[in-house]
Amino acid sequence: MSNQGVDPGRRRFLTLTTTVVGGAGIVAAAVPFLASWKPSERAKALGAPVEVDISNIEPGQRLVVAWRGKPTWVLKRTPEMLASLPKVDPNLLDPECKQDQQPDYIKGEARAIKPEILVLVGVCTHLGCSPGFRPDHPAPDIDPNWQGGFYCPCHGSKFDLSGRVYKGVPAPLNLVVPPYHFDGDTKVVIGEDPKGAA
Amino acid sequence: MGITPNPYKTTGFLGWIDDRFPLTKLWKDHLAEYYAPKNFNFWYFFGSLALLVLVNQLLTGIWLVMHYKPDATQAWDSVEYIMRDVPWGDTLRYLHSTGASAFFIVVYLHMYRGILYGSHRKPRELIWLFGCLIFLCLMAEAFCGYVLPWGNMSYWGAKVIINLFGTIPFVGPDLVVWIQGDYVPSDATLNRLFSLHVIALPFVLVGLVVAHIIALHEVGSNNPDGIEIKKHKDPKTGIPLDGIPFHPYYTVKDIVGVSVFLIIFLGIVFLAPDGGGYFLEQPNFTPANPLSTPPHITPAWYFGSFYAMLRATPSFAGTQIWGVIVMFGAVILLFLMPWLDRSPVKSIRYKGPIFKIALAIFTVSFVLLNYYGMQPPSPMGKLISQVGTILYYLFFLLMPFYTKMEKTKPVPERVTHEAH
Repeated sequence: MSNQGVDPGRRRFLTLTTTVVGGAGIVAAAVPFLASWKPSERAKALGAPVEVDISNIEPGQRLVVAWRGKPTWVLKRTPEMLASLPKVDPNLLDPECKQDQQPDYIKGEARAIKPEILVLVGVCTHLGCSPGFRPDHPAPDIDPNWQGGFYCPCHGSKFDLSGRVYKGVPAPLNLVVPPYHFDGDTKVVIGEDPKGAA
Repeated sequence: MGITPNPYKTTGFLGWIDDRFPLTKLWKDHLAEYYAPKNFNFWYFFGSLALLVLVNQLLTGIWLVMHYKPDATQAWDSVEYIMRDVPWGDTLRYLHSTGASAFFIVVYLHMYRGILYGSHRKPRELIWLFGCLIFLCLMAEAFCGYVLPWGNMSYWGAKVIINLFGTIPFVGPDLVVWIQGDYVPSDATLNRLFSLHVIALPFVLVGLVVAHIIALHEVGSNNPDGIEIKKHKDPKTGIPLDGIPFHPYYTVKDIVGVSVFLIIFLGIVFLAPDGGGYFLEQPNFTPANPLSTPPHITPAWYFGSFYAMLRATPSFAGTQIWGVIVMFGAVILLFLMPWLDRSPVKSIRYKGPIFKIALAIFTVSFVLLNYYGMQPPSPMGKLISQVGTILYYLFFLLMPFYTKMEKTKPVPERVTHEAH
């Protein structure tokens, strides 16, 4: 082939523009493939708040409900359970709940709007297993100073009866307190902040 | 230079094909005139066995898909349907599930052979890299397949593994939702893992296997002496003096390996298909329950070591990403082997005691990690896993030093081999 009449500058320009336009085309073509992996409209609709009737929970009993498909616990704590909270403070990673694992309107070691009713997302902050409820104590198989709490069977993470994480376990954060509010005295609505709070 | 059609000048029907497609050339290049060292020992069975297991997985997999339903409400029942109602369905499934474990046994031994005889060393770095990619792809394939029966272990295993991505700073939680296609593992998750398991990953896997073999046949096989047979060729024919044609010599030898393998493999398939709870875990005999984690979560046995490393690493600075980094790092280190090993010799036969001790420590660490990765969490197991993880890392990270400083034995010119 003869090189007569070839303009290298023009060729370089054409190669460059073709590459850029083609590259943009590939990126644009990738969008539907990547975006199709996002939650569908149906999955999003299923993330609605749930109402839980708490009038029948016995003191010391834990109820498990599904909120956004996650196990969510409602625990009615006894006065002894509440009294155990300060006892484990020295063994905890974040006893004062400084990390952002609860809504702004929930403060203190009880981590609850009404101290006796604890609402927690029952998903371990390590890798998402659901810890077991172990109110029994002493429980030397878990911890020599166990005062009751939640124990994750997957990797041995320990939480107290407010879902606060122990030191030296794989989970780095306290269990999540979901947004919730009371509707009267007998109902908890999980997934929705109290009016005027958020 | 172009391609010469029909270089062997075949005639007749074969000639008609060879004029249009390099059938005779492929046969000769890769089998009849592929010269492999004559001193292969039993360690060299595992490459061809891996290929055999791959074919088993593809065949039984295609047949299982004919009966399986990738739907969260039907998946569990369709697997039970395969087990109880489909003629020979239980055999097909057990061949596939036992095949997954066999795949990892064979591949682990195949990789160990590489470390023993220096098969990762120059000029075989790319063979090794393709092999590492095959291993990664196999891990992804095994994970996706593990989820498909949608038993309770499938569900919680999926949750734990997908949540590993959630530890990545900033994008982690959104990434998990994107991978799952939902806020928790659900039908959307099952369906996409099914697609990856039966279409995307097998394509990649087969492609990588082809690349692995093409690269191998380009440079030629290593051998237990770790010397290059191409250095001594017959001056007339150009054939390596220590080489023998792969077919019929090694095809026939491999049949012996295949026979022994099939006796063991089919023995497990027919007599103990759950492998004592290690090949098929008990909690997976109950359907997925998003509200209840099985009391004792373990990964499949072949991920035990890596899982133990994940568990052994404590969280630090408010994140548990360190465990994930340590676990993936352990796989990445394998990729670096060709450049970490600085020994003047390839094979363990001519290396000194330091390498042998290092390899022994590495082997024991890997086995112990694997054992404790499958046990319930305990302080003892955690301590041993931590020590094991450090030793695993040191084997690789110190390799440039101990392989370089060590005095090695002289390497023979020709392979050591006694005629039978």
